Amino acid sequence: MDSVNSHEKIELSPSVCEEIDQWVAKYPVDQKQSAVMSALRIVQDDHDGWLTTPHMDAIADYLEMPAIAVYEVASFYSMYELKPVGKVKVCICTNISCMLNGSDQLVRHLEEKYSIKLGEMTEDGQYSLKEVECLGACGGAPVVQIDRQYYENITPEIIDSILDKLD
Amino acid sequence: MSDEMVTIQVDGKSIQAAKGSMLIEATDNAGIKIPRFCYHEKLSVAANCRMCLVEVDKVPKPLPACATPVMDGMVVHTKSPRAITAQKGTMEFLLINHPLDCPICDQGGECELQDVSLGYGGFDSRYVETKRVVKQKDLGSLVATDMTRCIHCTRCVRFGDEIAGSRELGATSRGEHTEIGTYIQKHLDSELSGNVIDICPVGALTSKPFRYNARAWEMSQKETIASHDCVGSNLSLHVRRNEVLRAVPKNNDAVNECWISDRDRFSYEGLTQSRLQEPMIKQDDKWVAVSWDEALEFVASELLSRTKNDAAATGMLMSPSSTIEEGFLLQKLARALGVENVDYRLRQSDFSETQTPWLGQSIADLSVNNATLLIESNVRVDQPMLCHRVRQSALGGGEVMSLSSVGYQMNFSMHESCVVAPQRITEELAGIAKVLSNLSEGSVCDELVSLYPGIEPSPSAIKIAKSLFDGATSAVLLGSMATSHPDYGLIQSLSVEIARLAGANVGVISHGANSVGLNLMNMLPKKELASAKSFGDMQSEGMKNVVVYNFEPVYDTYDAQTCLAMLRSAEFVVEFAMFENDAQKDYANVLLPITPNTETSGTFVNCEGVWQSFTGAVKPFANSRPGWKVLRVLGNLHNLEGFDYMDSSEVLAECKAHASELAGISASGQWQRQLDSSAGVARIGSVSPYAVDSVVRRAAALQKTSLAENGVVRLSPELASSLGVQSGQRVNISQGDETIELSVVTDHSVAQDSAVVPSDVVVSGVLGSLYGEIALQK
Ligand code: SF4
Ligand code: FES
Ligand code: FES
Repeated sequence: MDSVNSHEKIELSPSVCEEIDQWVAKYPVDQKQSAVMSALRIVQDDHDGWLTTPHMDAIADYLEMPAIAVYEVASFYSMYELKPVGKVKVCICTNISCMLNGSDQLVRHLEEKYSIKLGEMTEDGQYSLKEVECLGACGGAPVVQIDRQYYENITPEIIDSILDKLD
Repeated sequence: MSDEMVTIQVDGKSIQAAKGSMLIEATDNAGIKIPRFCYHEKLSVAANCRMCLVEVDKVPKPLPACATPVMDGMVVHTKSPRAITAQKGTMEFLLINHPLDCPICDQGGECELQDVSLGYGGFDSRYVETKRVVKQKDLGSLVATDMTRCIHCTRCVRFGDEIAGSRELGATSRGEHTEIGTYIQKHLDSELSGNVIDICPVGALTSKPFRYNARAWEMSQKETIASHDCVGSNLSLHVRRNEVLRAVPKNNDAVNECWISDRDRFSYEGLTQSRLQEPMIKQDDKWVAVSWDEALEFVASELLSRTKNDAAATGMLMSPSSTIEEGFLLQKLARALGVENVDYRLRQSDFSETQTPWLGQSIADLSVNNATLLIESNVRVDQPMLCHRVRQSALGGGEVMSLSSVGYQMNFSMHESCVVAPQRITEELAGIAKVLSNLSEGSVCDELVSLYPGIEPSPSAIKIAKSLFDGATSAVLLGSMATSHPDYGLIQSLSVEIARLAGANVGVISHGANSVGLNLMNMLPKKELASAKSFGDMQSEGMKNVVVYNFEPVYDTYDAQTCLAMLRSAEFVVEFAMFENDAQKDYANVLLPITPNTETSGTFVNCEGVWQSFTGAVKPFANSRPGWKVLRVLGNLHNLEGFDYMDSSEVLAECKAHASELAGISASGQWQRQLDSSAGVARIGSVSPYAVDSVVRRAAALQKTSLAENGVVRLSPELASSLGVQSGQRVNISQGDETIELSVVTDHSVAQDSAVVPSDVVVSGVLGSLYGEIALQK
């Protein structure tokens, strides 16, 4: 008998299910799994901005797809968090345009400011820094995303004032 | 794909290819080699390794041969400078992160990456940066991993999705960080998981039990036939210094394609465990090893004098996984001695049925049935390669339904799953027949009407009947558990009636590797001979002399308690055995060590009726001898006529002459019901997939998988709550005068008031009937 294969289970809340259902309704009945990206986002928003394995398992059950397929999507896209994140999630684009326009300095500045590295969270759970791929806003490089908001042409000074205002 | 052909030109040669097929199929058929990693002929096209790039005229860039459909007049160059540059470029990329650990890699010598890099790799690496390292995964007891070696071809991922029907492996994360694995700590559960070892082109997924045991070039390859189910998968055994070190599939599109079950792959581990080494005789309650001459002369003289007086009190019982040669010779010997009590149906309790238990159609045809009804069949784990075909039918839009006492989990979706307690199966079948008589405007036979007057078909029965009736080709399949059911004969009669009304095929999926062959060899009592005793009669009437041929009564019989009682009260028991066990030392008088099918030649007839012969891959273990040779010598010692065979092929020729053609299964005439209502809890005694025969039971790695599920009782949640027990708790289970303790798993798929108490390898006591009443206590 093999005990490794039993895992903790959770149920999705009714309000979360309701929201997922709206997305499921947009696709053909036999293609429920098309709603997986929305479902991950909804569940993540409902859980302090990050996803646990039982959350992903619950989504897999709900959309009748293999759990591993949910893990694949969630680990592929950088907007899904698989570890706890800070209240303010600062995403810095480090791709080519932003890099040429100084994203490196920005990264260095923020890492020093919060004494954490990219991909880490401050001890008080307030801030997370995250490196992301091209945000599709190269015209405004370097670009930073905080929550759902893009900020363009960012310098260390500008980012400080933005973050100050958020506090 | 259509039958239409197009003509293309490859490397100056003009070849024909089916329209719509991929370039690589055409070149493979024509024997033109194109390197590849991700392409596999039985899997979907992923085209993600780019190793198969070729040059096509009028196309500006090299194209992947595995994902480029052929077009009439296409001109292809597989070895032009441009094609070679592209292939070499791909190779260099693939090797960037691949470790250079071939000397310690199990795949070394049989590695596709190694082979291809010899042809296309650079002499040295231009890469100076650090290579990526991927953490080891623990996928359980069968598959070993070295994920740093993975080249992300995704064959293993597609295999899970498309063939195993349960996606356990996946590609998580992205780019440089992509990893193949289960993401969470998880062991592979699939009954087909070992196939990923074969399809992985590198040493990322290898066999755990075989790990570091041998190099590919040290072994020789011998062909054989798997002996653990009625499919008869074709195998290649890899042998070194007279030892079987591993088993891999041998392609046979009519039987197992290029896959095999984990059971067929890993059971070789059991071949050399606790083998009986010498012939032994019990003298004054002590076991003494003796020479073959002494043992055989003793057996011959005892059998002769005993059968002279008491042929009617002599019985010969044989494992359904014995070869056709052994079966033919044992019944020939028995009948020459005047013994008509012979049987191989050890896991049966209803012996009214004597027709050959075969599939009624070919294995390959299972994948094109429009409607399939599985009766008491856990085909997924019991006969994985048959399930593979049934699954193909379901994927192709066919409707697969089940009627059983457990809603077995299949690796495809069921059109309908009707779960009823074992005693209610025949009722449901009668209901289906009734609905069909309305649909077909035919009428059901009188026997059915009088046995089930006024039956009200259940909604499930209606759905099943409709599907069987509408399907252009439909099949009613009796699973191996159905053959164990106390109402097997009745189930078969009802199935034939259903098939007649629905225009369907009836088939039986039998226990063991060779039930079909042994039936054809008449290794069972003749119906026309009223005094001939079946295994059941032998047990109820008691036997003075018994021959036990190659089975372990505690595990391999329908009712171990009763069988053991018969053997213990017999005066003289000769056992032909591969293995030693405690029980045999108690009831037997003589033990004759015989060989498994890897050590002798023989033939199995699979469920479709194909005769598959094999020769021994290694020499007989210790002082054991092939069973057919022992039987031959016994025949000679008795001075019986017709036992002067020079080799097994002469026996086979005689078997062939004796075998009748397989005919469609017809009404058996059994219209009596044995299992009516059950007052207590009904036992569903399925046979755990890794406990089906003495070899598998001794295969260590298989026993560690979750499928083996040893020591567990499955209860419906209702039954569990009425007993006040929960999953994980222990309960006492009593049957007859034996009580054992098992750990509870509550399971929605088990019929109410029933408990699945499998026959498995850790049963601490000897239980009774597979379908019988049991008592449970907290
Ligand atoms: S583990 Fe093997 S089969 Fe699976 S993706 Fe990697 S190289 Fe391919
Ligand atoms: S590179 Fe930063 S937004 Fe495109
Ligand atoms: S074999 Fe064609 S791309 Fe992999």
